[in-house]
Amino acid sequence: MYKYIKQLTSLFAVIAVLFAFAGEAMAAKKSKTLKNTQKKGFVRCGVSQGLPGFSNADASGNWTGVDVDVCRAVAAAVLGDAGKVKFTPLSAKERFTALTSGEIDILSRNTTWTLSRDADIGLTFVGVNFYDGQGFMVRKDSGITSTSQFKSGLSACVNIGTTTELNMRDFFTSKGISYEPVVFEKADEVVAAYDSGRCDTYTTDKSGLAAQRTKMKDPDAHIVLPETISKEPLGPVVRQGDSVWEDIVRWSLNVMIEAEEYGITSANADAMKSSENPQIKRLVGAEGELGAAFGLDNDWSLRIIKQVGNYGESYKRNIADTGILPDRGPNQLWTKGGILYVPPAR
Amino acid sequence: MNIKNTTKGFTDFFKDNSKIRNYLPQILTLLFIVFLIGYFTYNAQVNMDNRGIDFGFHFWGQEASFDIQFSLIEYDGSHSYGRAYLVGLLNTILVAVIGIFFATILGIIIGVSRLSSNYLISRVAEWYIEIFRNIPLLLQLFFWYFAALRALPLPKEAINFFDVSFLSVKGLYIPKFIWTNFDIFIYSIIAAIISIIFVYNYARKKQEQTGTQTPKFLISLGIIIVLPLLTFLIGGVSLSFEYPILKQMSETIFNYVGGAKIIPELMALAAALSLYTATFIAECVRAGILGVSKGQKEAAGSLGLTTGQILRLVVMPQALRIIIPPTTNQYLNLTKNSSLAAAIAYPDIVLVFAGTAMMQTGRAIEIVSITMATYLTLSIAISILMNWYNKKIAIKEK
Amino acid sequence: MIKKINILGTPTQDKLNLFVPMGIFFIILGFLDVILNAHFKINLTSFLPIWLNYFAPLIFGFLGLHYIRIEFSGIKILDNLNKNINSNGFNALLTLLILFVLIQNIPPLLNWLFFDADFIGTSKEECSREGACWIFVNVWLKRFIYGLYPNAEIWRINLSFLLLIGFIIAGFLVPVKAKKYIIIFLLFVFPFIAMNLISGGNFGLEWVETAAWGGLSLTFIISIFALLFCFPIGMFLALGRRSSAPIIRYSSIGFIEFWRGVPLITVLFMASVMFPMFLPDGTYMDKLVRVIIAITLFEAAYMAEVIRGGLQALPRGQYDAGKSLGMGYWRMHLLVILPQALKLVIPGVANTFLALVKDTPLILVVGLLELVGMIDMAKSNPDWLGFATEGYIFAGVVFWIICFNMSRYSQRLERRYKTDR
Repeated sequence: MYKYIKQLTSLFAVIAVLFAFAGEAMAAKKSKTLKNTQKKGFVRCGVSQGLPGFSNADASGNWTGVDVDVCRAVAAAVLGDAGKVKFTPLSAKERFTALTSGEIDILSRNTTWTLSRDADIGLTFVGVNFYDGQGFMVRKDSGITSTSQFKSGLSACVNIGTTTELNMRDFFTSKGISYEPVVFEKADEVVAAYDSGRCDTYTTDKSGLAAQRTKMKDPDAHIVLPETISKEPLGPVVRQGDSVWEDIVRWSLNVMIEAEEYGITSANADAMKSSENPQIKRLVGAEGELGAAFGLDNDWSLRIIKQVGNYGESYKRNIADTGILPDRGPNQLWTKGGILYVPPAR
Repeated sequence: MNIKNTTKGFTDFFKDNSKIRNYLPQILTLLFIVFLIGYFTYNAQVNMDNRGIDFGFHFWGQEASFDIQFSLIEYDGSHSYGRAYLVGLLNTILVAVIGIFFATILGIIIGVSRLSSNYLISRVAEWYIEIFRNIPLLLQLFFWYFAALRALPLPKEAINFFDVSFLSVKGLYIPKFIWTNFDIFIYSIIAAIISIIFVYNYARKKQEQTGTQTPKFLISLGIIIVLPLLTFLIGGVSLSFEYPILKQMSETIFNYVGGAKIIPELMALAAALSLYTATFIAECVRAGILGVSKGQKEAAGSLGLTTGQILRLVVMPQALRIIIPPTTNQYLNLTKNSSLAAAIAYPDIVLVFAGTAMMQTGRAIEIVSITMATYLTLSIAISILMNWYNKKIAIKEK
Repeated sequence: MIKKINILGTPTQDKLNLFVPMGIFFIILGFLDVILNAHFKINLTSFLPIWLNYFAPLIFGFLGLHYIRIEFSGIKILDNLNKNINSNGFNALLTLLILFVLIQNIPPLLNWLFFDADFIGTSKEECSREGACWIFVNVWLKRFIYGLYPNAEIWRINLSFLLLIGFIIAGFLVPVKAKKYIIIFLLFVFPFIAMNLISGGNFGLEWVETAAWGGLSLTFIISIFALLFCFPIGMFLALGRRSSAPIIRYSSIGFIEFWRGVPLITVLFMASVMFPMFLPDGTYMDKLVRVIIAITLFEAAYMAEVIRGGLQALPRGQYDAGKSLGMGYWRMHLLVILPQALKLVIPGVANTFLALVKDTPLILVVGLLELVGMIDMAKSNPDWLGFATEGYIFAGVVFWIICFNMSRYSQRLERRYKTDR
């Protein structure tokens, strides 16, 4: 009898130990990127080479923008401090290879989500932080007020290797207009070529047009034509193969949007801990164990909201108040007429 | 003691077996190379599997979906990546040929001026060489494209050359040649060239046999003028011009339609390449002419030849032997330097294929390898040609 | 036509006093016409029809030079002039053309560059637009030299370069015995010191990522590192190419011809885009390190060809003598062959180094901002648009000074080491 008790106890002990290890293993999910980031102490974020409103550095090297805020949110969630980010400015040419080669861990560079990019080059898009479309910019004194006035022989400046280059072709071919594409690698070169008169029109995402216009010699001399010729959902990208890191970035962005849905701002986030709404309490970490799903502590979402703000605050700070695009357009909550509808964080 | 003995035994072993001494380093090198290649391939495989990319060349036949600004053959976005590669390759060859042509002419002029007895001319040539050789080519290219050609006026106020040709910030517009029966014209030119070769051969044979000279230059001139002219008169070949006309596309946007257009990117690249390479060619030419020993010139002079004849019949043939190998090297350098087109918007193979195509398909390894292989093929072809030429004209020493 | 102007006869020494003043008068007339036309907008010969008016100064000058073309006049200055720039009609014409073009263009150029230019100021508004705006260069100078390196840490770069220069100068001054130690120190110890100083991370220095290095300092860092490593690699490749073992020889030839046959841009693409795929999953090699490796291997191939030229130029007798003394392969090369061969190839090595320095601006296509890249960035800054010309001229002058002096120095080295055989 005693022998059986001993055997049973040892069996239970073994099973308990196994479960403990399994639990440990399941909790600390295998994510190389997360481990490396925590070891390094900062998040490596790839951004543009200077697009006001999205990712732009001022004279002392401080980066601001909605894309920058996505990376800061991840840093706040993973490392506890939204300032622990190292930004790498990338041109359209090197952005994907920088990500696949491991130079950066998040690419937050107003990148359009397309099938071929998602499926074919080893990357994963984790969300949309800006719904946009492609447009054209012309000089005001040219008298052109709509793309229907474009005639054959037009020269258009565009960035190399972007969806813009391909969409432009589709647009002009469907209208039967023969045009001359002038492609440059750096956005600044594209703008300079358009500004000097080398090209008659400049095309990129409409938000990019609005942002680049503020950098021109005489911003009021240019107008953005009203037509939108394509869908450009812009969002952050990570490497394929690290699903935990994917989830962290995806849900950091989603939390920002959902926080605005529930009215949680960086100012009232702490106060919201005593809210009646269970979902609000989950979002500020007062209830539930959401962080454990990624291997993070429970305050991860609270830190995001407090240190970076919700989506509306980020948009207002970077894009609306700077005069780039005061009207949020489709980038408004679904409850207020826009199309920002994210899965619930629960 | 024992260690010393064993190492001595080791080295003695090597000294005695010379075969092993010969083969061991080779085997080690081979193993090292194989190991390196295997390591890289393995890693590449693992990385690509992780990312879900597959290695393959099937992108070659896929639709490119992007347009190219300037192409010598028919191309638009519905053609394949393979055709885009061909367009890029032709553009590279085009700018290389134009660059080589101008660089050679300019290089010869500068090289000869450097040797002139006129103090001013030789100084000017010397300063030209020193200035353009010591500034990086990329900087010169940027200057020509971003500073010089961007400062040109808009088409409305374009610089006007005799009302047939216009230079503006969008490019140089020249009349387009419209041929009918162009092939007949080409045949006549080919026939003219062949007959000129026969004339020269005949004149040379006649001179060797009888010592009399025939006016072969005048005869060749006559042939090359008369034969194509005949095609115009009776062959049905005709040439008309399409002139560029200013068309207004909107209130302030003007453009020239009709005529042929030379884009400013091509002009800037050709200009920068020519000016830069001309300095090296000038040095080669100078070394060649100086390399002909003075005795040759003096002997020719004592035979009663004029300066022009000395240069043409005695100095240049010998100088060419010294000039041509390094000059061919410079041509090769020019072709490789044309890859700088990626920095300005000229659609050569690097910008079109290793730029846009690579970014759209993501196949970095395949595309970069193909681009490098293309340049490698061009270099090796030119090297082989040059080696053959060298062997052919080498002075067989006794 | 020339015969027709000899109405007063060919200029000869006896009629010196007749022809020389006439000639000088015409020459002065020609130059005066050009100067007045170009700079004061006064047209002396406006009464002539248009083509004649345009070419009038040329005709005057040509006439003048024709009249003073006396074969031997006895006046030293005149003879020198005639021999050098006036030996025949063609030369005279060319001389006049060159001088006229210079007179027309140099003063406005100098005006734009120096006299009307603005040197002192801090912002774009202080730039009047008549001359060059050197304020642009002034304000951005720190960025042009140090890239995006944080201002507070610039002393580290300065210290590294000062150390380097100090040790090199010391290497020239100390006695021969100590030179060996200095060279070993420079080759093996100094790189580590410099690396730690510039990139930091250890010893309490703040870590500066390589993406922030830039400007002229980056040009120097890359050139020096590449030169340091491409020389030994090139030497081994050259020796390998001349070896009798077939595998070693053919692999050396293959390696050399591969790197020499491709343009540097594709090599840089390969380093930045392709090479990371060849590394094990999860490791990441810094972009600057990859670029330096690529440039080093590229230049090593050219260096190998230069050294091979030197090895080939040595007479066979040296090899035979070494072997007959019982020297092994390495001993013979180290003590007999290489010292002589390296002396021969010094100009070639200097040329390769010069080409290396001139090739460094290419790294801006992979995103590393050295001097030209920084100028590109500065000229696209919204506050400073439109100063491309000033920026490029500044970069051109800087590179020209560096390269010109290097080529002069290599010519001097060649003369000094010319041990005639």
